[in-house]
Amino acid sequence: MHPVVILIAQRIALGVLLLFATSILIFVGTLILPGDVAQAILGQSATPQSLANLREEMGLNDPAWQRYFQWLRGVLQGDLGSSLSNQRDIATQIGARLGNTLFLAFWAALVAVPLAIFLGLLAVRYRDRWPDKLISGFTLASISLPEFFLGYVLIYFFAVKWRWFPSVSTIYDSMSFWQKLDAIVLPAAVLTLVILAHMMRMTRAAILNVMQSAYVETAELKGLTTFDVIRKHAFPNAIAPVVNVVMLNLAYLVVGVVVVEVVFVYPGMGQYLVDHVSKRDVPVVQACGLIFAAVYIGLNMIADIVSILANPRLRHPR
Amino acid sequence: MKKRIDHYAADVTGGRMSRREFMGRAAALGVSASVASGILANAAYAQDPQKGGHLKMGLGGGESSNSLDPALTLSQAPYNVIAQIGETLAEVDFDGGLTPRVAEEISSTPDAKVWSFKIRDGIQFHDGSTLSAEDVLKTMQRHSDEKATSGALGLMKGIESMRAEGDLFEVTLHEPNADLPYLMTDPHLRIQPGGGIENPASGIMSGPYRIVVNEPGVRHMMERFEDYWDDSRGHFDSTEVLVINDPTARISALQSGQVDMANLIGPKLADLLDRAPGMVLERTQGRGQNVFVMMVDTAPFDNNDLRLALKYAVDREDMVDKILRGYGTVGNDIPVNATYPLFDGSLPQREFDLEKAAEHYKKSGHDGRPIILRVSDVAFPGAVEAAQLYQQTARQAGIPLELKREPGDGYWSEVWNKQPFCASYWSGRPTQDQMYSTAYLSSADWNDTRFDNEKFDKLLLEARATLNDEKRTEIYNQMGMIVRDEGGLIMPMFNDFLDARSERIAGWRPHPNADMMNHSAAVFCWMA
Repeated sequence: MHPVVILIAQRIALGVLLLFATSILIFVGTLILPGDVAQAILGQSATPQSLANLREEMGLNDPAWQRYFQWLRGVLQGDLGSSLSNQRDIATQIGARLGNTLFLAFWAALVAVPLAIFLGLLAVRYRDRWPDKLISGFTLASISLPEFFLGYVLIYFFAVKWRWFPSVSTIYDSMSFWQKLDAIVLPAAVLTLVILAHMMRMTRAAILNVMQSAYVETAELKGLTTFDVIRKHAFPNAIAPVVNVVMLNLAYLVVGVVVVEVVFVYPGMGQYLVDHVSKRDVPVVQACGLIFAAVYIGLNMIADIVSILANPRLRHPR
Repeated sequence: MKKRIDHYAADVTGGRMSRREFMGRAAALGVSASVASGILANAAYAQDPQKGGHLKMGLGGGESSNSLDPALTLSQAPYNVIAQIGETLAEVDFDGGLTPRVAEEISSTPDAKVWSFKIRDGIQFHDGSTLSAEDVLKTMQRHSDEKATSGALGLMKGIESMRAEGDLFEVTLHEPNADLPYLMTDPHLRIQPGGGIENPASGIMSGPYRIVVNEPGVRHMMERFEDYWDDSRGHFDSTEVLVINDPTARISALQSGQVDMANLIGPKLADLLDRAPGMVLERTQGRGQNVFVMMVDTAPFDNNDLRLALKYAVDREDMVDKILRGYGTVGNDIPVNATYPLFDGSLPQREFDLEKAAEHYKKSGHDGRPIILRVSDVAFPGAVEAAQLYQQTARQAGIPLELKREPGDGYWSEVWNKQPFCASYWSGRPTQDQMYSTAYLSSADWNDTRFDNEKFDKLLLEARATLNDEKRTEIYNQMGMIVRDEGGLIMPMFNDFLDARSERIAGWRPHPNADMMNHSAAVFCWMA
């Protein structure tokens, strides 16, 4: 068998193992938190009797390991169970939420990734001159500002002052595609600003690194324009670190955008998870955790594989 | 001139002139601001409700874990939804009195032990079935039986038996209770077909709107229920509750015209909003209270002198100014205020008095160990700052008050009602009896001050059995005095409810019970 296939198989097996470990960690984590779902649901108005009734109804009186294995058995059979706090089917709920999250992440990535790489190339082309400084300055400023602040600034100008875009990005099924796109302009813009700098700086650094090599000098000497040198010779060799940082940022777009979701009232996974953590709704937290971990592990795996494939020395080991 | 002002006022309520412009023109005609806003309010009431339109409400206090089961309702967004789709036997009206709703008539035996509710004829559920006394009975049973998980379970404990016969629903109590009809106004007790036993979260009830889309924590859509029995309510064609938990996002949504109403406006934002064009800040003096609670059975708080010292050491005026930015009223160490029925207000106001605080502290003989007040941001907005102000004034009186910040997560299960001295909040109850029996009766479930006073308990039960209002007012006065001077409640301030609406919305009236017109703004308002 080709060594790359073996490597990929190994990675996948390791990923599954990691998922297991994560699910145990999440379960233990929710147990450590003070209070339980019954208390969280009834809140300040709980009486000892209604608490006991609710716990009984939800099966919270079973020992913890038993609940974990019950959950695990369900998951292995493809059943994520239903939420303790409102009895809704988790799979359908998460399906919709995950779809929203991916929708936003997709459009943000579609703008941000090419833009970041292009700006990175541009910065190398005009290294240490004003375009480089302007690009670096702008992207570093936007990554340094907290994302909620960026959100509020955009809302203030684009939603309240000029009323170009809505400040509330709630999307739902009955909206048309264009309406949805209109609704997510502002959050997608914030996400773009947040991830731009990281990817752009990495592209710039990786290419500059390659630019020191002898073959780039050769290419320059044979008369190629600077941009062609970068495009044809430097960039393909710099692709591994760039893919790595791009994947990290894509993972962030899926699992780390809860603040942006709150500011723009976007019904994504982050908000869904936070609501259920505060209700101690373990099955939902588990399911979300599992998906987040899978996204993270999966994207990192893709990054690894791409950098292997991009490197002939790794692709054809002796 | 009067005619001209009235004309302008009609323009404002009709949406042809802004409120600000009106105030300007009124001032030009030599009318003072308070008189002018009075004219405006009258014009708004006098105007006939208009049918139609789509209402969008941006509400904080909603989670994706919310259920449509009225028994499990706990936060603002679901309260606002079930208030639109469901109805109770009776409800508290804008003056704090009682309006019968599903029940047409309410009567009792002279000893207030047996209450009967005549169920209104011809009320329909959203599924087309007719609401009967049997449905009422089953609903009440679901909220009160042994296995109930309802937020109203505590209220239902005094009930000995219930029965339904024809169009009558009858409740027999263990002890007399003149306030029983008020208990039936509890928002959890919305009547469901078959009591909601089969399918509690179906959302099928008998309110002026019916649920169309239910996406918890995101949005809820309602449509007018055409067969609703009361034409004076439910004026919008459709309404929408958008859950917006971030306060700044809520206000920007209102400012950018994406929603017509918003709730839970913090005092800091209220100041800004009050000056913004096109929007109206609705301020309602209410019963919500920001408190510090001591457990009177736990040392050192079992010493009444120490409690009095701690009570005198609070600068209430300053807290209302700094924490609530003036959007509130000072408390008097009792959990009720003038918005409650049967409240006479003759109790002396507790003043900030460092000398008396020092005197009582000395008399208490406290050994000088730090007195620990536990506090968290979730206790009430500005709780930590309020506690810091309190610490400073207490130190001036020589009281060694220490603050301990607790995490917000788990505060209600681990700190409140567990630790002897902590910050907390209470929302109001419809009657004084309910407020006192929820938290001050010695046997109350949520007796967070562990108050146990025989005379107080006796008075409370006596007031319940009294149908004479004058006499009850007098009894509540005595009870207030006991709690004020012996209880474990330190009550710095009542916070106002702060909501905001766009000027296009008419028919708004403040309701003493809760914010958003007792969560029913969508039921009463209309599009001007």
